[in-house]
Amino acid sequence: MDFTLRKEHEMARALFREFAEKEVKPLAQEVDETEEFPRETAAKMAKNGFLGIPVPKEYGGQGCDPLTYVMCVEELSKVCGTTGVIVSAHTSLCCDPIMTFGTEEQKQKYLVPLAKGEKLGAFGLTEPGAGTDAQGQQTKAVADGDDYIINGSKIFITNGKEADVYVIFAVTGTIEKRGRKIKEITSFIVEKGTPGFTFGTKEKKMGIRGSSTYELIFTDCRVPKENMLGKLGQGFKIAMHTLDGGRIGIAAQALGIAEGALERTIAYTKERKQFGKPIAALQNTQFQLADMATKVQAAQLLVYKAAMAKATQKEYGFEAAQAKLYAAEVAMEVTTKAVQLHGGYGYTREYDVERMMRDAKITEIYEGTSEVQKMVISAALLK
Amino acid sequence: MKVVVCIKQVPDTKGGVKFNPDGTLDRAAMMTIMNPDDKAGLEAALRLKDQYGAEVTVLTMGLPKAEDVLREAMAMGADKGVLVTDRVLGGADTWATSQTLAGALRNMEYDLIITGRQAIDGDTAQVGPQISEHLNIPVISYAQNLKIEGDSVIVERQYDDRYHVLKAKMPCLITALAELGDPRYMTPGGIFDACKAEITVWGRADLKDVEDSNLGLKGSPTQIAKASDKVRKGAGEKVTLDPAESVDYIVGKLKEKHVI
Repeated sequence: MDFTLRKEHEMARALFREFAEKEVKPLAQEVDETEEFPRETAAKMAKNGFLGIPVPKEYGGQGCDPLTYVMCVEELSKVCGTTGVIVSAHTSLCCDPIMTFGTEEQKQKYLVPLAKGEKLGAFGLTEPGAGTDAQGQQTKAVADGDDYIINGSKIFITNGKEADVYVIFAVTGTIEKRGRKIKEITSFIVEKGTPGFTFGTKEKKMGIRGSSTYELIFTDCRVPKENMLGKLGQGFKIAMHTLDGGRIGIAAQALGIAEGALERTIAYTKERKQFGKPIAALQNTQFQLADMATKVQAAQLLVYKAAMAKATQKEYGFEAAQAKLYAAEVAMEVTTKAVQLHGGYGYTREYDVERMMRDAKITEIYEGTSEVQKMVISAALLK
Repeated sequence: MKVVVCIKQVPDTKGGVKFNPDGTLDRAAMMTIMNPDDKAGLEAALRLKDQYGAEVTVLTMGLPKAEDVLREAMAMGADKGVLVTDRVLGGADTWATSQTLAGALRNMEYDLIITGRQAIDGDTAQVGPQISEHLNIPVISYAQNLKIEGDSVIVERQYDDRYHVLKAKMPCLITALAELGDPRYMTPGGIFDACKAEITVWGRADLKDVEDSNLGLKGSPTQIAKASDKVRKGAGEKVTLDPAESVDYIVGKLKEKHVI
């Protein structure tokens, strides 16, 4: 077993790192303060192919593998968690399901501009009563001639108001499964500007404050039948499959945040003097840094393993769940320790670790809470 | 239209500089980057590709690991890469380097050759003009802007307080300044393609119309007496002032030194 990266991955990492340092890092604090979506950065990422990394070239993408995509989210998140999740939600939650379940026409119409970065994507599954319990969907889609009419709302939607293309889930009926009546859920591609599709309130969040998190409202929103993604009733499967991939993206975001916090803490502890010497000379600091670095490395191996599983295996939900569970916990732990090692300064907005600690928390919650990841992992162990 | 850009892998000055006992750079032991002026020249060539569909080939002389700089250029958009590498070419000064590159260029088709103004390791600014002499083509150095008009290139050549506009019939050589344009990033897909692409590798035997006596350390008239890394000129002066006073202080110092 060889952990050496291939040449193309080394080069890609260098590219993402340079881009993150030059284009993203200088804006990270401002993006957090103003809660403004970093449109210029998104446009630069589009221009440089960052919005279609794992999409094949014939569909406008870069034709790279999931590991390259993961490294992109990781390096961006090292300096700005907001920028990391913009790429992750667009790629994993919108490009990927259209790539996997879309018809050729849907791929040409939606995936090509998404992968080229001409359009931004989002994913709408969560509702006020349907978080972890995705079956609790209330949004309905009713067939009417050549269309479906969608009514309902989605909340906490990343890239909310900024996106152009949305993969949406709605109840289309009820079906019987193992003697139980359950909701039949179907997936649709909805374009911004479709009559009846509007935006509700913007969420004011603890972290990733520049990401545009909105409520999506559908009022008699008419969507043509050809915009159904996959088959009628396949929505739940599409959602779960999509989230398996999404979790690898969020795991990469968590990993990046942890790495960023560790990097800054190493630098700070070498500079900060107390009792006449840098605090890095104190054994407590050294042991904390050792623990942080070891966990970050372990998280990276799990995240990369999950990315490789996505490249080579049909099912990778187990690897994705482990990567996300662990990387998110590490992100929270490492950023908390980073703030602690920065002392009072770490609690101020002048230092990046304060933002990173707030950004880290969401990685334990969205695209499946840590508890959901444990359910997925244990279910696979006990089946 | 065919453009050849000569690029050089140079030490990344952030990583520290190491020397061989003979005073030449120990290139194998250093972190490296694409020479910044060469990168600006490559960007200019890639803009010609975007605009006119020019074919861009990158050429370098160096150790086998200089292949990395060619792949970087290809990941930015260059079409082909040629590496000239041979032990007998080691230790070359500007004369031997320009002879080597000219020997390689004689095997290639080109309308325009672009080199960086100078490399950050030697800072001589000689190789580009020397190549043009060996190939007997015109050179316009210090290009800050360029455009193509028919079979000619029109170049703004930077001068102290002005610029000259020169027109030369192609084939010709220009030496590039950073002002030619901010180099683009590699693209992820470009990286994957570049890593799969074949690089043409030439040795001494592939160089055309070059005498052995003009190659490598033996063919280099330059003798290095002593080489050193950047030396700090004292500790500098540290003052603590508020921002407005700081500006006045700095401006005063610059005036004192006749900088402004």
